[in-house]
Amino acid sequence: MSPISRGFHGRRRTPPGEEGRVPPGQYVTTDFPVLSAGPTPHTPTEKWTFSITQGGDTKKSWTWDEMRALPEENVTTDIHCVTRWSKLDTHWQAVSIDTLLAQVEHQAGYVLAFSDGGYTTNLPVQDVTGGQAWLAYGYDGGPLPPEHGGPARLLVPHLYFWKSAKWVRGLELLDHDQPGFWETYGYNMYGDPWKEQRYAGD
Amino acid sequence: MNPLDGNAIGGLLHEVFGTEMTAAVSTCANCGDTGPVAQTVVYLDAPGTVVRCRTCSDLLMVFTRVHERICVDLGGLAALEVR
Amino acid sequence: MEGTAVRGRLTWQTATVSQLIPETPRTSTIVFDVPEWAGHRAGQHLDIRLTAEDGYRAERSYSIASAPGEPVAITVERLEDGEVSPYLTEELRPGDEIELRGPIGGYFVWDPAADQGPLLLAAGGSGVVPLRSILRDRERTGSTAMARLLYSSRSLADVIYRQELERPVSGLDVVYTLTRSQPPGWRGHSGRVDDALLAEVAWPTGQDPLAFVCGPTSFVEAVAQSLVGLGYPPTRVKTERFGATGVATGGGVR
Repeated sequence: MSPISRGFHGRRRTPPGEEGRVPPGQYVTTDFPVLSAGPTPHTPTEKWTFSITQGGDTKKSWTWDEMRALPEENVTTDIHCVTRWSKLDTHWQAVSIDTLLAQVEHQAGYVLAFSDGGYTTNLPVQDVTGGQAWLAYGYDGGPLPPEHGGPARLLVPHLYFWKSAKWVRGLELLDHDQPGFWETYGYNMYGDPWKEQRYAGD
Repeated sequence: MNPLDGNAIGGLLHEVFGTEMTAAVSTCANCGDTGPVAQTVVYLDAPGTVVRCRTCSDLLMVFTRVHERICVDLGGLAALEVR
Repeated sequence: MEGTAVRGRLTWQTATVSQLIPETPRTSTIVFDVPEWAGHRAGQHLDIRLTAEDGYRAERSYSIASAPGEPVAITVERLEDGEVSPYLTEELRPGDEIELRGPIGGYFVWDPAADQGPLLLAAGGSGVVPLRSILRDRERTGSTAMARLLYSSRSLADVIYRQELERPVSGLDVVYTLTRSQPPGWRGHSGRVDDALLAEVAWPTGQDPLAFVCGPTSFVEAVAQSLVGLGYPPTRVKTERFGATGVATGGGVR
């Protein structure tokens, strides 16, 4: 049995009145922690593309300019990281994934988001549509900084933030759910913070 | 945050391997670079611990704690020599 | 049994805080009474684990500041927005219990019997902690290895162990560089360690020197690269990188 560290609380400061907004086991931060599993990629927008692929074929691809010409949305949302921090009222400028997927004919049930640097994460199609997911290129009124996933990242705030793949370059359409990077190492295939689905089997 | 090096996971490695491992010599399966585990590039903040080759940045090892277990992937190593 | 020091195994054990020693405005040394401590080597570190009443846990690694044979001690820098360092430097009291495991490390260690070449110790901020363990071990064992400490600090007030480092010690040279502010009349070095300063203080490679470089990642990489540029074989430049803020931290798996 570990001894209790007298007077140690850790960072658990949920602002009064915000308890309902914070999923179980999380604490609220005013920082924006940078969590990384590798070196920060720096893809220039002139070279950047976003693709929807299936079975090795590219069904549709957008250059940076083509993507930026799509309708922009201002998104204000709370985000929840599996490492226990939550950040309230984050502001993003983004294109809805609905807009992108609508341009492709498919019957896929799942996607695997893939990023520069090799990161992947899997999601059900129904969780990246219906106004629940975005391709975000702006944060707090400015361009999304590279350490936070710029030039563009996935934004899927209703799931743990590891699903919001940084440096995202596309979505691979899948018939069956397949584990991405962290899912392969024991993290939950779905990741609902309100049910505390951090690990496989939760 | 800047990445750390293999010294920072000495405790974790000892837990996983049952012995001190920072002085062990690892060989990258991607580029063949060889050196002490203490000199590998370690990312600690993520949902797991990621260890990369200092020369080519490829994954060497990944560790995650899932409830009471530690999940270990050593697939990026061509060799690991405990001296 | 929890805490039993089985040779080769690394187990969490409960230690008691025996003394707290403020060092600089931002750092304090914590001395522990560790009943099952198996001894340590200069340069090693230990892991600390804190548990809150609701079971929440945080772990951090700290270099051991004391020499082998002395009571186990660490020196902690209080980080502005830290989770653990403010607790250790401001809340902890003698008599408090704390979980730790160690000693850890087999690479960034100095063995007085085996390593007799001149020592070059390069410290960036709190990177001086394990190097101080090496210097104390050098003194305790009566080693005749020449030693030079190059210590980069923000200001004179931030120099940890200053009084101790200013004692004249046979065969030891301490060179400071102050990066952010210097006291009036300061005649030492200013600004970050660069190739020129290293060329000045580094032992010539013909003497088979051994270098230990510790501090923030950017400091370590710059110094290590510079030493290799001066002809130091990479195997003779041992490095330990701390987080950008000076202490190896980790929120996830440790």
